[in-house]
Amino acid sequence: MTRFLIRRSVQGIFTLWVIVTLVFLLYNLGPNDVARAIAGIHATQQDLASVRHYLGLDKPLWDQYGIYISHLVTGNFGISYQNRLSVLHIIGQAVPIDISLAIGAAILWMALGLSVGILAARRPRTVWDRSATVFVLTGLSTPTFILGLLLIYFFFYILTINGIKWFVGPGQYAPFLPNPLIWAHDLILPWVTLALITAATYARLSRSSLLETLGEDYIRTARAKGLSERRVVYRHALRSAVTPIVTQFGIDLATVLGGAIITETVFGLPGLGYTVVRAISVGDLPVVEGIVLVASAFIVVANIVVDALYAVLDPRVRLT
Amino acid sequence: MTLTTVQTVSEGPPVEAGAPPGQAIEGRSPLRLALARLRSDRVALLSAGMIVFVALLAICAPLIEAVTGHNAIASNIATGTDITGQPLGPGVGGFLLGTDNLGRDILVRIAYGAQISLLVGVLATILATVVGTVVGMLAGYFGGWIDAILARMMDTVLAFPYLLLALALGSVAAEPGSRLHAIAGIPLTILVIAFFSWAAIGRIVRGQTLSQKEKEYVEAAHAMGAGNLRILFIDILPNLVAPVIVLGTLLIPTAIVFESSLSFLGVGVPPPKPSWGNMLSDAQTSGFQAWWFWIFPSLALLITTLGFNLLGDSVRDALDPRTERIFAMRRKARFVGGAAASGEAAAGKPDGEVEAG
Repeated sequence: MTRFLIRRSVQGIFTLWVIVTLVFLLYNLGPNDVARAIAGIHATQQDLASVRHYLGLDKPLWDQYGIYISHLVTGNFGISYQNRLSVLHIIGQAVPIDISLAIGAAILWMALGLSVGILAARRPRTVWDRSATVFVLTGLSTPTFILGLLLIYFFFYILTINGIKWFVGPGQYAPFLPNPLIWAHDLILPWVTLALITAATYARLSRSSLLETLGEDYIRTARAKGLSERRVVYRHALRSAVTPIVTQFGIDLATVLGGAIITETVFGLPGLGYTVVRAISVGDLPVVEGIVLVASAFIVVANIVVDALYAVLDPRVRLT
Repeated sequence: MTLTTVQTVSEGPPVEAGAPPGQAIEGRSPLRLALARLRSDRVALLSAGMIVFVALLAICAPLIEAVTGHNAIASNIATGTDITGQPLGPGVGGFLLGTDNLGRDILVRIAYGAQISLLVGVLATILATVVGTVVGMLAGYFGGWIDAILARMMDTVLAFPYLLLALALGSVAAEPGSRLHAIAGIPLTILVIAFFSWAAIGRIVRGQTLSQKEKEYVEAAHAMGAGNLRILFIDILPNLVAPVIVLGTLLIPTAIVFESSLSFLGVGVPPPKPSWGNMLSDAQTSGFQAWWFWIFPSLALLITTLGFNLLGDSVRDALDPRTERIFAMRRKARFVGGAAASGEAAAGKPDGEVEAG
């Protein structure tokens, strides 16, 4: 286990280094005149030079890269070009929104996806199963922003112009404290958007995985012992069918935590995704790099955790 | 067994699916069997119909433009909006699906958007599939350090927060002085989508190649003195065709959604060129009063992705009847003819899915 963790961590750090380097090079492919963007169109050449000097942009590319990486290693993510706030501070402000988004959405998509999947697997080739497949295919085919727009249109716009103010519109967010009820209320539509899209994958995974396990010998044995169908499905079959679902869950959760770009954009939630889209549009490299790094780190860590969990859940799996 | 050596097709009319038992037994190639299965599959026909509809829309775009006389790009405030400057609803003033905030005909723009969606979806898929297949085969066949490097590359690409990087790439390229500016817009969008999609295919092909290379026919080819490249591309590749086609068909809708997401976020297809994604982005910024403004592009996008997803599912079923399909519809009862020969038709079921984020 220790060897596994060490090896995977080294690989993960390598992956992160590749990603950070790629983004750095990407931003230096073009002129990307940050100094001009900051100083404004009326700045003189002298102003521009001093801005570049202040930001360290007058140094050779390799030096800039070296300085950036050495700062990164010590946990210094740099300062935003745009408003001179520390990148860590900007990330720290955005992350709670992504955590809020992830918690509610994950609960919903797991509940919905697993119940649809289990329902379909227990009654294969029935009307239930067919409805489940329609649900899955629609979910897989619907782009997130279309579902988001639909929900906003029907549940916010149409209801509100008819005097029913049940849901809030885009751009509204209340922190968890002091009032969790308002927090949850404001996040219902984004949660449902993310959950409906993601649940399709879980319904399909749990259906096929459960169908496969239900066909195994030990399930027949369990039934022959006279166990109730409930117990067979939930205690025996589901337990070994759950591994692929755990894998998928780890990756999906990490992806949302690293910024649900489209959901946040549609609903105007200032999480990591929304912040990075704005940083990208003004060429604010330190913020882009910081958020890319955090988002990738979530995925890398999730991959390691999921593989380790695999061994815990399924004793047949050996870590190498 | 390879596709080229499977039962020879005899002369004479082929036996249709569901032929009565006792009729002369004829050999059919796996491809023909798969096609016969597809033809007898109502979902496959329905999904093919949806795709043909969108393709016709794309092909007829210049025709629709000529017949209506509405340009797809130039704004048309004079006749395309009402006195207060609001977009016209469907059917008003000769605009079948209404107009957008600049008075442009939504129908014409959807038709041109179909061209872009299909072009980007299909080209990006072809690119990703070819690269993924070649890299996956090389990694799986040669093993050792080649596999170590290629597999690591695939893992790295799969760990990318792809939408984020695609956004950064698109916005950098959009700068007029950038070295990527020459390919900004549609070519870059295709490259970006392909870049983030090949690894998923490569990983599955690698696994398939690993299992194929242990089979007897590869040993036989070695014994006959065939070179590595010959074995890879002449002997092994045909056995990977089935899973690769399935993965490719399912990648098309993913690529189309990817393109529309990028355009929706403002870095894919640059306006005023119509793409479903940037039409929806326009619609979102101009409020919800004009429902036709975003409902119709959304519908077009949904029909396309649903069509390809259903088709991919049916193709998987036709090429490899052993796998469980998502949308099962009385196919097994109706199709009797190919049951015996179908077992080895496919190289194995793809053990992963390519999905949109």
